[in-house]
Amino acid sequence: MLKDITLGQFYPAESKIHALDPRVKLVGTLLYVVSLFLFHNLAGFLLATAFLFFLIHMSKVPVSYILRGLKAIFILMVITAIFNVLFTPGTTIVHVWKIRITWEGVRAAVFMFIRLTYLVMGTSLMTLTTTPTRLTDGMESLMAPLEKIHAPVHEVAMMMSIALRFIPLLVDETDKIMKAQMARGADFESGNFWRRAKSMVPILVPLFVSAFRRAGDLALAMEARCYQGGEGRTKMKPLVYGRNDGKAYAVLWIYFAAMILVRIFLNLPHVPLLGH
Amino acid sequence: MGIIKTNHVSYDYVRVNDEGVEEEKERALEDVSIDVYPGSFVAILGANGSGKSTLARHLNALLAPSEGTVWVDGMDTSKEENVFPVRREAGMVFQNPDNQIIAGIVEEDVAFGPENIGVPTKDIWKRVEEALEKTGMAAYRMHSPNRLSGGQKQRVAIAGTLAMHPKCIILDEPTAMLDPGGRREVIETVAELNEKEGVTVVLITHYMEEVVYADHVFVMQDGKLAMEGPPREIFSKVEELQKYKLGVPQITLLAHELRKSGLDIPEGILSEEELAEAICRLR
Repeated sequence: MLKDITLGQFYPAESKIHALDPRVKLVGTLLYVVSLFLFHNLAGFLLATAFLFFLIHMSKVPVSYILRGLKAIFILMVITAIFNVLFTPGTTIVHVWKIRITWEGVRAAVFMFIRLTYLVMGTSLMTLTTTPTRLTDGMESLMAPLEKIHAPVHEVAMMMSIALRFIPLLVDETDKIMKAQMARGADFESGNFWRRAKSMVPILVPLFVSAFRRAGDLALAMEARCYQGGEGRTKMKPLVYGRNDGKAYAVLWIYFAAMILVRIFLNLPHVPLLGH
Repeated sequence: MGIIKTNHVSYDYVRVNDEGVEEEKERALEDVSIDVYPGSFVAILGANGSGKSTLARHLNALLAPSEGTVWVDGMDTSKEENVFPVRREAGMVFQNPDNQIIAGIVEEDVAFGPENIGVPTKDIWKRVEEALEKTGMAAYRMHSPNRLSGGQKQRVAIAGTLAMHPKCIILDEPTAMLDPGGRREVIETVAELNEKEGVTVVLITHYMEEVVYADHVFVMQDGKLAMEGPPREIFSKVEELQKYKLGVPQITLLAHELRKSGLDIPEGILSEEELAEAICRLR
């Protein structure tokens, strides 16, 4: 059951999106998320939609995979929508007892719903098309300027990649410990929430002990292999921008500029969204 | 002088309390002097708690001796500036295969050492390829270490040290957590490296069977050097070895028992073939 946990849900495929430099994808995701909060009208919405589906099509990742990420935040989205509908002042459409639904509220709810959906889809597209190693490499490289203010960028990236390597091991170990405790009569499934939480203690204690032991061993092994931090380190797979990366940046900025232009020039605040 | 030399080395594990005052002292090594010649295959044998792992950690500057000196390729390991050069010369493979693999892909793990010592990217690729080739793991270069067997993981770890182009490799009980198949796989890889590539090997183990490949054996007991000599000589002293809680290989034991019961069989038999030959010669 613990095996179901997936982290860094990479979807292997050969596409132009997969082959892009991770930095392009990180910057692109950031720009896309910002652009989602720029549009206030149908034109912007259409542009953002077209761009997203164009990328999904290019990436060869099935849409169902990308939609999977939505499950986790569905409740959050519904609550956000309800709040928007109920608490936005404006032209009233329905007024029952103390509940007042306004036209502006519905509009804001629909936009917020779309924004959150696209936000999750956009970020999922990035994690689905980039291996965790490349992702941490990309972050390390993008954050490199922060080293000037003594932010431990290399160390954080190293920690992330080690964590990614050890998660499956620790998951396996948890499974083993649980089975060992179950074999001796431990019960993890019955009782109320508190009882169940309490029964996790005999799993967590040995798990922590073993994690610390592993960490000690690993530190020793890294030292034995001359690890001395990021300084003077070379890379087997350094990040190098290719031709497609330049093109991708161009496409990204054109899209972003278009979104800004749409916001400035096509800003017709009273155009109803779904026809009237 | 050999590539690794220890001169009257002693080491104390010191327990310090919160105020930094010494509370307890435990002597783990006592007056150990060994000499390892370039290109040789040396085994260090000992039961649990005999100090063999502590000795191993001295050989690539993970520990510095409390008394005495350790030289690796002429460098004194207790000098701060020698620490990294020493680790480059003397690669180390540890016991637990899972806790020494750092990256999520085999080839990236092998590259970890060369990356740390600043080898240019192009050379890293060459070294990784070579190291994987030599350990027979080339077919697995894109695999995740989590899916490999214990023996394969240890071979990746060996490749990881090889890629740093060390003069010698120290293996600290590399087979203790493996099944018999994995153990053979690892030891054969190591023996081949020693033979074909001339890499000096220091193998620390408590399995007597693995010692047959060695040119020279040190036996440790309670932090001290108890016996020393070529494997055949060591194995001929069955009773003494048993005193050090070391079991001799079954075939050696059988030969020893036969000899004790009056048959004219030489001491220090190491393989089935040898014993068969000795028995045939009896008639």
